[in-house]
Amino acid sequence: MLLIHCPYCGEERPELEFRHAGEAHIARPENIAEISDEDFAHYFFYRDNPKGVTFERWRHMHGCGRFFNAVRDSVSDKFLTTYKAGEPKPDIADAANENQINTSKGQGAK
Amino acid sequence: MRKYSGFALVREAMRAHKGWDRQWASPEPKPEYDVIIIGAGGHGLATAYYLAKEHGITNVAVLEKGWLGGGNTGRNTTIIRSNYLYDESAGLYDHAVKLWENLSQDLNYNVMYSPRGVMMLAHNVHDVQVFKRHIHANRLNGVDNEWLTPEAAKEYCPPLNISSTARYPVMGAALQRRGGTARHDAVAWGYARAASDRGVHIIQNCEVTGVRRGADGAVTGVETSRGFIGAKKVGVVAAGNTSVIMQMADVRMPLESFPLQALVSEPVKPCFPCVVMSNTVHAYISQSDKGELVIGAGTDQYTSYSQTGGLHIIQHTLDAICEMFPMFTRMRMLRSWGGIVDVTPDRSPIIAKTPVSGLYVNCGWGTGGFKATPGSGHVFAHTIANDNPHPINAGYTMERFKTGRLIDEAAAAAVAH
Ligand SMILES: Cc1cc2nc3c(=O)[nH]c(=O)nc-3n(C[C@H](O)[C@H](O)[C@H](O)COP(=O)(O)OP(=O)(O)OC[C@H]3O[C@@H](n4cnc5c(N)ncnc54)[C@H](O)[C@@H]3O)c2cc1C
Ligand SMILES: [Zn+2]
Repeated sequence: MLLIHCPYCGEERPELEFRHAGEAHIARPENIAEISDEDFAHYFFYRDNPKGVTFERWRHMHGCGRFFNAVRDSVSDKFLTTYKAGEPKPDIADAANENQINTSKGQGAK
Repeated sequence: MRKYSGFALVREAMRAHKGWDRQWASPEPKPEYDVIIIGAGGHGLATAYYLAKEHGITNVAVLEKGWLGGGNTGRNTTIIRSNYLYDESAGLYDHAVKLWENLSQDLNYNVMYSPRGVMMLAHNVHDVQVFKRHIHANRLNGVDNEWLTPEAAKEYCPPLNISSTARYPVMGAALQRRGGTARHDAVAWGYARAASDRGVHIIQNCEVTGVRRGADGAVTGVETSRGFIGAKKVGVVAAGNTSVIMQMADVRMPLESFPLQALVSEPVKPCFPCVVMSNTVHAYISQSDKGELVIGAGTDQYTSYSQTGGLHIIQHTLDAICEMFPMFTRMRMLRSWGGIVDVTPDRSPIIAKTPVSGLYVNCGWGTGGFKATPGSGHVFAHTIANDNPHPINAGYTMERFKTGRLIDEAAAAAVAH
Protein backbone atom coordinates (compact mmCIF):
# COMPACT_ATOMS: atom_id res chain seq x y z
CA MET A 1 0.00 0.00 0.00
CA LEU A 2 1.28 3.45 -0.88
CA LEU A 3 1.77 6.22 1.66
CA ILE A 4 0.63 9.47 0.11
CA HIS A 5 1.35 13.02 1.24
CA CYS A 6 -1.75 15.20 0.90
CA PRO A 7 -0.54 18.77 0.19
CA TYR A 8 -3.73 20.20 1.72
CA CYS A 9 -3.75 18.18 4.94
CA GLY A 10 0.05 18.32 5.09
CA GLU A 11 0.19 14.71 6.19
CA GLU A 12 1.25 11.33 4.88
CA ARG A 13 -1.76 9.01 4.88
CA PRO A 14 -2.41 5.43 3.69
CA GLU A 15 -3.51 4.87 0.11
CA LEU A 16 -6.91 3.58 1.26
CA GLU A 17 -7.93 7.20 1.96
CA PHE A 18 -7.23 8.21 -1.64
CA ARG A 19 -8.63 7.64 -5.09
CA HIS A 20 -6.33 7.72 -8.09
CA ALA A 21 -7.75 10.06 -10.73
CA GLY A 22 -5.66 9.53 -13.85
CA GLU A 23 -2.95 11.42 -15.69
CA ALA A 24 -2.46 15.04 -14.56
CA HIS A 25 -2.21 18.26 -16.56
CA ILE A 26 -4.69 17.21 -19.22
CA ALA A 27 -6.53 20.44 -19.93
CA ARG A 28 -10.02 20.22 -21.37
CA PRO A 29 -10.00 22.21 -24.62
CA GLU A 30 -12.03 25.39 -24.21
CA ASN A 31 -13.45 25.12 -27.72
CA ILE A 32 -14.45 21.48 -27.26
CA ALA A 33 -17.29 21.64 -29.81
CA GLU A 34 -14.94 22.83 -32.54
CA ILE A 35 -11.94 20.52 -32.16
CA SER A 36 -11.51 17.56 -34.52
CA ASP A 37 -12.53 14.04 -33.55
CA GLU A 38 -8.85 13.15 -33.61
CA ASP A 39 -8.01 15.88 -31.09
CA PHE A 40 -10.95 14.90 -28.94
CA ALA A 41 -9.80 11.27 -28.92
CA HIS A 42 -6.35 12.38 -27.78
CA TYR A 43 -7.77 14.55 -25.05
CA PHE A 44 -10.29 11.98 -23.87
CA PHE A 45 -8.87 8.49 -24.51
CA TYR A 46 -5.14 8.66 -25.26
CA ARG A 47 -2.58 8.68 -22.46
CA ASP A 48 1.22 8.93 -22.16
CA ASN A 49 1.30 5.99 -19.75
CA PRO A 50 4.99 6.56 -19.01
CA LYS A 51 7.41 3.99 -17.65
CA GLY A 52 9.36 6.19 -15.25
CA VAL A 53 8.32 9.61 -14.00
CA THR A 54 4.56 10.07 -14.17
CA PHE A 55 2.38 13.06 -13.31
CA GLU A 56 -0.95 12.01 -11.91
CA ARG A 57 -4.00 13.24 -10.02
CA TRP A 58 -5.15 11.90 -6.69
CA ARG A 59 -8.19 12.75 -4.59
CA HIS A 60 -8.13 12.61 -0.82
CA MET A 61 -11.55 10.94 -0.79
CA HIS A 62 -11.72 9.96 2.87
CA GLY A 63 -9.88 13.03 4.14
CA CYS A 64 -10.20 16.59 2.94
CA GLY A 65 -11.90 15.43 -0.28
CA ARG A 66 -9.69 17.56 -2.51
CA PHE A 67 -7.88 16.82 -5.78
CA PHE A 68 -4.12 17.31 -5.99
CA ASN A 69 -1.26 16.25 -8.24
CA ALA A 70 1.65 13.92 -7.63
CA VAL A 71 4.90 12.98 -9.33
CA ARG A 72 5.69 9.31 -9.01
CA ASP A 73 8.12 6.84 -10.54
CA SER A 74 5.93 4.18 -12.11
CA VAL A 75 8.69 1.56 -11.92
CA SER A 76 9.50 1.84 -8.19
CA ASP A 77 6.10 3.39 -7.27
CA LYS A 78 8.02 5.95 -5.16
CA PHE A 79 6.55 9.46 -4.93
CA LEU A 80 8.89 12.32 -5.82
CA THR A 81 6.54 15.04 -4.66
CA THR A 82 2.89 16.07 -4.40
CA TYR A 83 1.49 19.55 -5.01
CA LYS A 84 -1.80 21.41 -5.01
CA ALA A 85 -4.15 21.45 -7.99
CA GLY A 86 -3.56 24.46 -10.21
CA GLU A 87 0.13 24.72 -9.33
CA PRO A 88 2.51 24.37 -12.29
CA LYS A 89 4.28 21.11 -13.12
CA PRO A 90 7.33 21.01 -10.85
CA ASP A 91 10.77 20.62 -12.38
CA ILE A 92 11.43 17.04 -11.47
CA ALA A 93 15.04 16.72 -12.64
CA ASP A 94 16.46 17.52 -9.18
CA ALA A 95 14.04 15.33 -7.32
CA ALA A 96 14.68 12.51 -9.77
CA ASN A 97 18.46 12.78 -9.29
CA GLU A 98 18.06 12.62 -5.56
CA ASN A 99 15.96 9.49 -5.88
CA GLN A 100 18.22 8.03 -8.58
CA ILE A 101 15.47 7.86 -11.11
CA ASN A 102 16.32 7.77 -14.77
CA THR A 103 14.13 10.33 -16.49
CA SER A 104 15.54 9.76 -19.97
CA LYS A 105 14.42 6.15 -20.09
CA GLY A 106 11.05 5.29 -21.53
CA GLN A 107 8.65 8.16 -21.80
CA GLY A 108 9.99 10.54 -19.22
CA ALA A 109 8.40 13.82 -18.31
CA LYS A 110 6.76 15.83 -21.05
CA MET B 1 10.41 -32.37 -34.58
CA ARG B 2 9.65 -35.72 -32.99
CA LYS B 3 5.94 -36.10 -32.34
CA TYR B 4 4.75 -36.51 -28.78
CA SER B 5 2.55 -39.60 -28.35
CA GLY B 6 1.82 -42.46 -26.01
CA PHE B 7 4.13 -44.57 -28.12
CA ALA B 8 6.96 -42.01 -27.80
CA LEU B 9 6.53 -42.06 -24.01
CA VAL B 10 6.88 -45.84 -23.88
CA ARG B 11 9.86 -45.76 -26.27
CA GLU B 12 11.65 -43.15 -24.18
CA ALA B 13 10.81 -44.90 -20.95
CA MET B 14 12.71 -47.90 -22.27
CA ARG B 15 15.85 -45.89 -23.10
CA ALA B 16 16.16 -43.62 -20.07
CA HIS B 17 14.49 -40.65 -21.77
CA LYS B 18 17.59 -39.84 -23.78
CA GLY B 19 15.85 -39.32 -27.09
CA TRP B 20 13.75 -36.22 -26.42
CA ASP B 21 14.56 -33.17 -28.57
CA ARG B 22 14.82 -29.63 -27.26
CA GLN B 23 11.36 -28.14 -27.59
CA TRP B 24 12.52 -25.08 -29.55
CA ALA B 25 15.74 -23.86 -31.10
CA SER B 26 17.68 -20.83 -29.78
CA PRO B 27 19.22 -19.37 -32.95
CA GLU B 28 21.37 -16.26 -33.31
CA PRO B 29 19.35 -13.39 -34.78
CA LYS B 30 19.63 -12.96 -38.58
CA PRO B 31 20.23 -9.44 -39.98
CA GLU B 32 16.72 -9.34 -41.42
CA TYR B 33 13.36 -11.11 -41.27
CA ASP B 34 10.08 -10.76 -43.17
CA VAL B 35 8.20 -10.21 -39.92
CA ILE B 36 9.36 -9.40 -36.39
CA ILE B 37 7.05 -10.00 -33.45
CA ILE B 38 7.95 -8.10 -30.26
CA GLY B 39 6.98 -10.11 -27.19
CA ALA B 40 7.05 -13.89 -26.72
CA GLY B 41 3.92 -14.20 -24.64
CA GLY B 42 1.12 -16.50 -25.74
CA HIS B 43 -0.29 -13.94 -28.15
CA GLY B 44 3.05 -13.20 -29.84
CA LEU B 45 4.00 -16.87 -30.16
CA ALA B 46 0.54 -17.77 -31.47
CA THR B 47 0.83 -14.98 -34.04
CA ALA B 48 4.16 -16.39 -35.24
CA TYR B 49 2.75 -19.91 -35.37
CA TYR B 50 -0.26 -18.92 -37.48
CA LEU B 51 1.90 -16.72 -39.75
CA ALA B 52 3.88 -19.86 -40.55
CA LYS B 53 1.01 -22.32 -40.58
CA GLU B 54 -1.79 -20.39 -42.26
CA HIS B 55 0.11 -17.88 -44.38
CA GLY B 56 3.36 -19.67 -45.24
CA ILE B 57 5.43 -16.83 -43.76
CA THR B 58 8.23 -18.62 -41.91
CA ASN B 59 11.02 -16.02 -42.03
CA VAL B 60 9.80 -14.68 -38.71
CA ALA B 61 11.51 -13.73 -35.44
CA VAL B 62 9.85 -13.41 -32.06
CA LEU B 63 11.94 -11.11 -29.83
CA GLU B 64 11.56 -11.42 -26.07
CA LYS B 65 13.33 -9.28 -23.49
CA GLY B 66 13.15 -11.97 -20.79
CA TRP B 67 12.14 -15.60 -21.14
CA LEU B 68 9.20 -16.72 -23.25
CA GLY B 69 5.91 -16.88 -21.38
CA GLY B 70 7.37 -14.88 -18.46
CA GLY B 71 4.95 -11.97 -18.86
CA ASN B 72 1.24 -12.03 -18.20
CA THR B 73 0.94 -15.37 -19.99
CA GLY B 74 2.79 -17.09 -17.14
CA ARG B 75 1.13 -14.97 -14.44
CA ASN B 76 -2.57 -15.27 -15.17
CA THR B 77 -5.35 -17.29 -13.56
CA THR B 78 -6.15 -19.01 -16.90
CA ILE B 79 -9.88 -18.44 -17.01
CA ILE B 80 -11.36 -19.14 -20.45
CA ARG B 81 -14.85 -18.04 -21.44
CA SER B 82 -16.59 -16.24 -24.30
CA ASN B 83 -19.79 -14.87 -22.76
CA TYR B 84 -19.07 -11.18 -23.37
CA LEU B 85 -21.91 -8.84 -24.29
CA TYR B 86 -21.24 -7.37 -27.72
CA ASP B 87 -21.36 -9.04 -31.12
CA GLU B 88 -17.72 -8.20 -31.87
CA SER B 89 -16.68 -9.78 -28.56
CA ALA B 90 -18.75 -12.90 -29.16
CA GLY B 91 -17.06 -13.22 -32.56
CA LEU B 92 -13.53 -12.86 -31.19
CA TYR B 93 -13.73 -14.78 -27.91
CA ASP B 94 -15.83 -17.62 -29.30
CA HIS B 95 -13.39 -17.93 -32.21
CA ALA B 96 -10.76 -18.52 -29.53
CA VAL B 97 -12.84 -21.07 -27.60
CA LYS B 98 -13.36 -23.06 -30.81
CA LEU B 99 -9.58 -23.10 -31.35
CA TRP B 100 -8.98 -24.11 -27.70
CA GLU B 101 -11.14 -27.19 -28.23
CA ASN B 102 -8.64 -28.67 -30.69
CA LEU B 103 -5.46 -26.87 -29.69
CA SER B 104 -3.64 -29.78 -28.03
CA GLN B 105 -4.06 -31.87 -31.19
CA ASP B 106 -3.14 -28.98 -33.48
CA LEU B 107 0.08 -28.20 -31.57
CA ASN B 108 0.82 -31.81 -30.59
CA TYR B 109 1.21 -30.42 -27.08
CA ASN B 110 -1.06 -30.98 -24.11
CA VAL B 111 -2.29 -27.51 -23.17
CA MET B 112 -4.65 -29.11 -20.63
CA TYR B 113 -7.70 -27.22 -21.83
CA SER B 114 -10.37 -28.14 -19.31
CA PRO B 115 -13.91 -26.94 -20.09
CA ARG B 116 -15.09 -27.43 -16.52
CA GLY B 117 -17.57 -24.54 -16.63
CA VAL B 118 -17.23 -20.92 -15.56
CA MET B 119 -19.84 -19.68 -13.12
CA MET B 120 -20.27 -15.95 -12.49
CA LEU B 121 -22.04 -15.08 -9.26
CA ALA B 122 -24.75 -12.44 -8.98
CA HIS B 123 -24.81 -10.70 -5.58
CA ASN B 124 -27.38 -7.96 -6.11
CA VAL B 125 -30.31 -7.00 -8.31
CA HIS B 126 -28.06 -5.13 -10.70
CA ASP B 127 -25.88 -8.23 -11.20
CA VAL B 128 -28.97 -10.35 -11.86
CA GLN B 129 -30.23 -7.97 -14.52
CA VAL B 130 -26.84 -7.57 -16.18
CA PHE B 131 -26.16 -11.31 -16.27
CA LYS B 132 -29.59 -12.10 -17.70
CA ARG B 133 -29.01 -9.49 -20.37
CA HIS B 134 -25.67 -11.14 -21.16
CA ILE B 135 -27.31 -14.55 -21.34
CA HIS B 136 -29.87 -13.34 -23.87
CA ALA B 137 -27.25 -11.52 -25.93
CA ASN B 138 -24.96 -14.56 -25.86
CA ARG B 139 -27.71 -16.89 -27.00
CA LEU B 140 -28.54 -14.63 -29.93
CA ASN B 141 -24.88 -14.94 -30.90
CA GLY B 142 -24.89 -18.73 -30.53
CA VAL B 143 -22.70 -18.59 -27.40
CA ASP B 144 -23.80 -20.88 -24.55
CA ASN B 145 -24.61 -19.24 -21.23
CA GLU B 146 -27.38 -20.14 -18.81
CA TRP B 147 -29.01 -18.80 -15.65
CA LEU B 148 -28.80 -20.80 -12.43
CA THR B 149 -30.80 -20.31 -9.23
CA PRO B 150 -28.72 -20.20 -6.03
CA GLU B 151 -29.65 -23.84 -5.37
CA ALA B 152 -28.60 -24.92 -8.86
CA ALA B 153 -25.38 -22.94 -8.44
CA LYS B 154 -24.62 -24.82 -5.22
CA GLU B 155 -25.34 -28.12 -6.91
CA TYR B 156 -22.83 -27.23 -9.63
CA CYS B 157 -20.29 -26.03 -7.08
CA PRO B 158 -20.93 -27.64 -3.65
CA PRO B 159 -18.40 -25.54 -1.65
CA LEU B 160 -20.44 -22.40 -2.40
CA ASN B 161 -22.14 -20.70 0.55
CA ILE B 162 -25.63 -19.62 -0.54
CA SER B 163 -26.92 -18.67 2.90
CA SER B 164 -29.07 -15.55 2.76
CA THR B 165 -27.16 -14.12 5.73
CA ALA B 166 -23.85 -14.22 3.89
CA ARG B 167 -22.11 -10.87 3.58
CA TYR B 168 -22.33 -11.25 -0.21
CA PRO B 169 -25.50 -13.30 -0.69
CA VAL B 170 -25.69 -15.33 -3.91
CA MET B 171 -28.82 -14.39 -5.86
CA GLY B 172 -28.06 -16.67 -8.79
CA ALA B 173 -25.33 -17.26 -11.33
CA ALA B 174 -24.56 -17.31 -15.04
CA LEU B 175 -22.89 -20.52 -16.18
CA GLN B 176 -20.94 -21.06 -19.36
CA ARG B 177 -20.30 -24.79 -19.53
CA ARG B 178 -17.75 -24.55 -22.37
CA GLY B 179 -15.68 -22.15 -20.26
CA GLY B 180 -12.84 -23.43 -18.13
CA THR B 181 -9.06 -23.27 -17.80
CA ALA B 182 -5.87 -24.31 -19.59
CA ARG B 183 -2.25 -24.69 -18.48
CA HIS B 184 -0.75 -21.25 -19.19
CA ASP B 185 2.91 -22.32 -19.50
CA ALA B 186 1.98 -25.17 -21.79
CA VAL B 187 0.22 -22.74 -24.10
CA ALA B 188 3.38 -20.64 -24.47
CA TRP B 189 5.62 -23.70 -24.76
CA GLY B 190 3.31 -25.48 -27.20
CA TYR B 191 3.11 -22.51 -29.54
CA ALA B 192 6.87 -21.93 -29.23
CA ARG B 193 7.67 -25.53 -30.11
CA ALA B 194 5.24 -25.65 -33.03
CA ALA B 195 6.39 -22.27 -34.38
CA SER B 196 10.07 -23.17 -34.03
CA ASP B 197 9.37 -26.42 -35.86
CA ARG B 198 8.07 -24.39 -38.82
CA GLY B 199 11.20 -22.25 -38.94
CA VAL B 200 10.28 -19.32 -36.70
CA HIS B 201 13.22 -17.91 -34.72
CA ILE B 202 12.45 -17.38 -31.05
CA ILE B 203 15.08 -15.06 -29.60
CA GLN B 204 15.00 -14.66 -25.84
CA ASN B 205 16.97 -12.15 -23.75
CA CYS B 206 16.62 -9.69 -26.60
CA GLU B 207 15.03 -6.42 -25.56
CA VAL B 208 13.68 -4.08 -28.20
CA THR B 209 14.98 -0.57 -27.44
CA GLY B 210 13.99 1.33 -30.57
CA VAL B 211 11.91 1.17 -33.73
CA ARG B 212 13.74 2.32 -36.86
CA ARG B 213 11.80 4.01 -39.65
CA GLY B 214 12.81 5.00 -43.17
CA ALA B 215 12.50 8.35 -44.93
CA ASP B 216 8.92 7.53 -45.92
CA GLY B 217 8.04 6.84 -42.29
CA ALA B 218 7.64 3.11 -42.79
CA VAL B 219 9.21 0.62 -40.41
CA THR B 220 12.62 -0.77 -41.42
CA GLY B 221 13.48 -2.75 -38.31
CA VAL B 222 14.14 -2.61 -34.58
CA GLU B 223 17.09 -1.75 -32.33
CA THR B 224 17.64 -4.41 -29.72
CA SER B 225 20.03 -5.27 -26.91
CA ARG B 226 21.57 -7.65 -29.46
CA GLY B 227 21.91 -5.11 -32.25
CA PHE B 228 19.77 -3.89 -35.13
CA ILE B 229 17.42 -6.41 -36.77
CA GLY B 230 15.67 -5.47 -39.99
CA ALA B 231 12.07 -6.17 -41.00
CA LYS B 232 9.47 -4.40 -43.11
CA LYS B 233 6.69 -5.65 -40.87
CA VAL B 234 6.78 -5.45 -37.08
CA GLY B 235 4.01 -6.65 -34.77
CA VAL B 236 3.96 -5.31 -31.20
CA VAL B 237 2.48 -7.84 -28.76
CA ALA B 238 3.92 -6.59 -25.49
CA ALA B 239 0.91 -6.34 -23.13
CA GLY B 240 1.70 -3.89 -20.28
CA ASN B 241 4.76 -2.49 -22.11
CA THR B 242 2.92 -1.60 -25.31
CA SER B 243 2.84 2.17 -24.68
CA VAL B 244 6.61 2.16 -24.16
CA ILE B 245 7.36 0.36 -27.41
CA MET B 246 4.82 2.30 -29.47
CA GLN B 247 6.38 5.52 -28.22
CA MET B 248 9.63 4.40 -29.85
CA ALA B 249 7.70 4.75 -33.11
CA ASP B 250 6.12 8.06 -32.01
CA VAL B 251 2.67 6.54 -31.63
CA ARG B 252 0.66 7.49 -28.53
CA MET B 253 -1.81 4.84 -27.35
CA PRO B 254 -5.23 4.82 -25.66
CA LEU B 255 -3.76 2.61 -22.93
CA GLU B 256 -2.95 2.65 -19.24
CA SER B 257 -0.87 -0.02 -17.48
CA PHE B 258 -1.97 -1.33 -14.09
CA PRO B 259 -0.71 -4.03 -11.71
CA LEU B 260 -2.95 -7.09 -11.42
CA GLN B 261 -2.28 -9.76 -8.83
CA ALA B 262 -2.97 -13.44 -8.29
CA LEU B 263 -2.07 -16.01 -5.67
CA VAL B 264 -2.12 -19.75 -5.07
CA SER B 265 -2.73 -21.81 -1.96
CA GLU B 266 -0.95 -24.89 -0.74
CA PRO B 267 -1.94 -27.88 -2.88
CA VAL B 268 -4.84 -30.01 -1.66
CA LYS B 269 -6.87 -32.92 -2.99
CA PRO B 270 -9.52 -32.17 -5.64
CA CYS B 271 -12.24 -30.16 -3.89
CA PHE B 272 -13.29 -27.46 -6.31
CA PRO B 273 -14.99 -28.60 -9.51
CA CYS B 274 -15.29 -25.50 -11.68
CA VAL B 275 -14.28 -21.87 -12.05
CA VAL B 276 -16.17 -19.33 -9.98
CA MET B 277 -15.95 -15.59 -10.62
CA SER B 278 -17.46 -12.75 -8.74
CA ASN B 279 -16.99 -9.36 -10.35
CA THR B 280 -18.83 -7.59 -7.59
CA VAL B 281 -16.53 -8.71 -4.80
CA HIS B 282 -13.45 -9.06 -7.05
CA ALA B 283 -12.60 -12.70 -6.62
CA TYR B 284 -11.91 -15.52 -9.05
CA ILE B 285 -11.10 -19.06 -8.06
CA SER B 286 -10.40 -22.47 -9.53
CA GLN B 287 -8.22 -25.44 -8.59
CA SER B 288 -5.21 -26.34 -10.68
CA ASP B 289 -4.29 -29.91 -11.55
CA LYS B 290 -1.45 -29.63 -9.03
CA GLY B 291 -4.14 -29.06 -6.40
CA GLU B 292 -3.49 -25.40 -5.63
CA LEU B 293 -6.38 -23.00 -5.42
CA VAL B 294 -5.71 -20.35 -8.04
CA ILE B 295 -7.12 -17.01 -6.96
CA GLY B 296 -7.25 -13.77 -8.89
CA ALA B 297 -7.58 -10.30 -7.37
CA GLY B 298 -8.42 -6.88 -8.78
CA THR B 299 -6.10 -4.26 -10.25
CA ASP B 300 -4.44 -1.58 -8.19
CA GLN B 301 -5.91 1.87 -8.76
CA TYR B 302 -2.72 3.56 -9.99
CA THR B 303 -0.72 2.99 -13.16
CA SER B 304 2.52 1.12 -12.64
CA TYR B 305 5.19 -1.02 -14.29
CA SER B 306 6.40 -2.48 -11.00
CA GLN B 307 4.94 -6.01 -11.41
CA THR B 308 3.87 -5.88 -7.77
CA GLY B 309 0.64 -4.66 -6.27
CA GLY B 310 -0.66 -3.65 -2.86
CA LEU B 311 -1.22 -6.30 -0.21
CA HIS B 312 -4.60 -4.85 0.71
CA ILE B 313 -5.90 -5.81 -2.73
CA ILE B 314 -5.16 -9.48 -2.09
CA GLN B 315 -6.52 -9.27 1.43
CA HIS B 316 -9.79 -7.88 0.12
CA THR B 317 -10.04 -10.78 -2.33
CA LEU B 318 -9.34 -13.37 0.34
CA ASP B 319 -12.01 -11.84 2.58
CA ALA B 320 -14.50 -12.44 -0.20
CA ILE B 321 -13.25 -15.96 -0.96
CA CYS B 322 -13.60 -16.98 2.70
CA GLU B 323 -17.13 -15.57 2.85
CA MET B 324 -18.24 -17.37 -0.28
CA PHE B 325 -16.40 -20.63 0.48
CA PRO B 326 -16.17 -21.00 4.28
CA MET B 327 -14.27 -24.29 3.91
CA PHE B 328 -11.23 -22.35 2.69
CA THR B 329 -10.87 -20.13 5.76
CA ARG B 330 -7.96 -22.17 7.11
CA MET B 331 -6.12 -22.70 3.82
CA ARG B 332 -2.60 -21.30 3.69
CA MET B 333 -1.52 -19.25 0.74
CA LEU B 334 1.79 -20.16 -0.87
CA ARG B 335 2.73 -17.47 -3.36
CA SER B 336 1.41 -14.21 -4.78
CA TRP B 337 2.66 -12.16 -7.71
CA GLY B 338 1.69 -9.36 -10.06
CA GLY B 339 1.60 -8.72 -13.77
CA ILE B 340 1.20 -5.44 -15.65
CA VAL B 341 -1.95 -5.29 -17.73
CA ASP B 342 -2.63 -2.78 -20.50
CA VAL B 343 -6.15 -1.43 -20.28
CA THR B 344 -8.11 0.39 -22.99
CA PRO B 345 -10.93 2.83 -22.22
CA ASP B 346 -13.59 0.35 -23.41
CA ARG B 347 -11.83 -2.77 -22.01
CA SER B 348 -11.68 -4.36 -25.46
CA PRO B 349 -8.37 -5.07 -27.22
CA ILE B 350 -6.77 -3.36 -30.20
CA ILE B 351 -5.71 -5.79 -32.95
CA ALA B 352 -4.88 -3.58 -35.86
CA LYS B 353 -2.69 -1.64 -38.21
CA THR B 354 -1.25 1.60 -36.82
CA PRO B 355 -0.63 5.06 -38.30
CA VAL B 356 2.92 3.84 -39.08
CA SER B 357 3.22 1.77 -42.25
CA GLY B 358 4.46 -1.76 -41.48
CA LEU B 359 3.76 -1.45 -37.76
CA TYR B 360 0.97 -3.55 -36.27
CA VAL B 361 -0.26 -3.78 -32.71
CA ASN B 362 -2.08 -6.40 -30.66
CA CYS B 363 -2.69 -5.02 -27.18
CA GLY B 364 -5.21 -3.76 -24.67
CA TRP B 365 -6.15 -7.23 -23.46
CA GLY B 366 -6.08 -5.88 -19.95
CA THR B 367 -7.14 -8.29 -17.28
CA GLY B 368 -8.60 -10.90 -19.60
CA GLY B 369 -6.59 -11.84 -22.69
CA PHE B 370 -5.35 -15.33 -21.89
CA LYS B 371 -8.67 -16.82 -22.95
CA ALA B 372 -8.28 -15.25 -26.37
CA THR B 373 -4.70 -16.38 -27.04
CA PRO B 374 -5.38 -18.72 -29.99
CA GLY B 375 -8.00 -16.49 -31.61
CA SER B 376 -5.93 -13.35 -31.10
CA GLY B 377 -2.83 -14.88 -32.70
CA HIS B 378 -4.91 -16.26 -35.53
CA VAL B 379 -6.55 -12.99 -36.58
CA PHE B 380 -3.41 -10.90 -35.91
CA ALA B 381 -1.38 -13.18 -38.20
CA HIS B 382 -4.04 -12.61 -40.86
CA THR B 383 -3.82 -8.85 -40.32
CA ILE B 384 -0.03 -8.80 -40.70
CA ALA B 385 0.08 -11.21 -43.64
CA ASN B 386 -2.59 -9.37 -45.65
CA ASP B 387 -1.99 -5.85 -44.34
CA ASN B 388 -5.72 -5.97 -43.66
CA PRO B 389 -7.77 -7.25 -40.73
CA HIS B 390 -9.66 -10.53 -40.60
CA PRO B 391 -13.45 -9.93 -40.47
CA ILE B 392 -13.37 -10.99 -36.80
CA ASN B 393 -10.98 -8.20 -35.73
CA ALA B 394 -12.11 -5.55 -38.22
CA GLY B 395 -13.75 -3.53 -35.44
CA TYR B 396 -10.79 -3.73 -33.04
CA THR B 397 -9.02 -0.67 -34.41
CA MET B 398 -7.50 2.37 -32.73
CA GLU B 399 -9.79 4.54 -34.88
CA ARG B 400 -12.76 3.46 -32.81
CA PHE B 401 -11.70 5.96 -30.16
CA LYS B 402 -12.00 8.67 -32.80
CA THR B 403 -15.26 7.54 -34.39
CA GLY B 404 -16.87 6.59 -31.08
CA ARG B 405 -17.65 3.08 -32.36
CA LEU B 406 -16.47 1.51 -29.08
CA ILE B 407 -16.80 -2.13 -28.09
CA ASP B 408 -17.78 -1.13 -24.63
CA GLU B 409 -17.32 -4.20 -22.46
CA ALA B 410 -16.27 -1.76 -19.70
CA ALA B 411 -19.78 -0.40 -19.46
CA ALA B 412 -21.20 -3.89 -19.90
CA ALA B 413 -19.35 -5.60 -17.08
CA ALA B 414 -17.43 -3.00 -15.05
CA VAL B 415 -14.65 -5.55 -14.69
CA ALA B 416 -13.89 -8.58 -16.79
CA HIS B 417 -11.61 -11.57 -16.77
C1 LIG C 1 -2.71 -11.79 -12.32
C2 LIG C 1 -3.35 -11.90 -13.67
C3 LIG C 1 -4.47 -12.71 -13.84
C4 LIG C 1 -5.07 -12.83 -15.09
N1 LIG C 1 -6.12 -13.68 -15.22
C5 LIG C 1 -6.66 -13.91 -16.45
C6 LIG C 1 -7.67 -14.88 -16.63
O1 LIG C 1 -8.09 -15.56 -15.69
N2 LIG C 1 -8.18 -15.08 -17.87
C7 LIG C 1 -7.73 -14.37 -18.94
O2 LIG C 1 -8.24 -14.57 -20.04
N3 LIG C 1 -6.73 -13.45 -18.82
C8 LIG C 1 -6.18 -13.20 -17.61
N4 LIG C 1 -5.18 -12.27 -17.46
C9 LIG C 1 -4.74 -11.49 -18.62
C10 LIG C 1 -3.78 -12.28 -19.50
O3 LIG C 1 -2.72 -12.78 -18.71
C11 LIG C 1 -3.18 -11.40 -20.59
O4 LIG C 1 -4.20 -10.67 -21.27
C12 LIG C 1 -2.47 -12.25 -21.64
O5 LIG C 1 -1.70 -13.26 -21.05
C13 LIG C 1 -1.60 -11.36 -22.49
O6 LIG C 1 -0.76 -12.16 -23.29
P1 LIG C 1 0.35 -11.49 -24.15
O7 LIG C 1 1.04 -12.58 -24.88
O8 LIG C 1 -0.24 -10.38 -24.94
O9 LIG C 1 1.29 -10.76 -23.06
P2 LIG C 1 2.53 -11.28 -22.20
O10 LIG C 1 2.42 -12.71 -21.86
O11 LIG C 1 2.72 -10.31 -21.10
O12 LIG C 1 3.71 -11.15 -23.25
C14 LIG C 1 4.30 -9.91 -23.60
C15 LIG C 1 5.78 -10.14 -23.68
O13 LIG C 1 6.41 -8.98 -24.21
C16 LIG C 1 7.67 -8.89 -23.64
N5 LIG C 1 8.22 -7.55 -23.83
C17 LIG C 1 7.79 -6.39 -23.26
N6 LIG C 1 8.56 -5.37 -23.64
C18 LIG C 1 9.50 -5.88 -24.49
C19 LIG C 1 10.58 -5.31 -25.23
N7 LIG C 1 10.87 -4.01 -25.16
N8 LIG C 1 11.33 -6.13 -26.00
C20 LIG C 1 11.07 -7.46 -26.07
N9 LIG C 1 10.05 -8.04 -25.40
C21 LIG C 1 9.27 -7.26 -24.62
C22 LIG C 1 7.42 -9.25 -22.19
O14 LIG C 1 8.61 -9.64 -21.52
C23 LIG C 1 6.41 -10.37 -22.30
O15 LIG C 1 6.97 -11.65 -22.26
C24 LIG C 1 -4.56 -12.11 -16.21
C25 LIG C 1 -3.43 -11.30 -16.04
C26 LIG C 1 -2.81 -11.20 -14.79
C27 LIG C 1 -1.58 -10.33 -14.65
ZN1 LIG D 1 -6.23 15.90 2.36
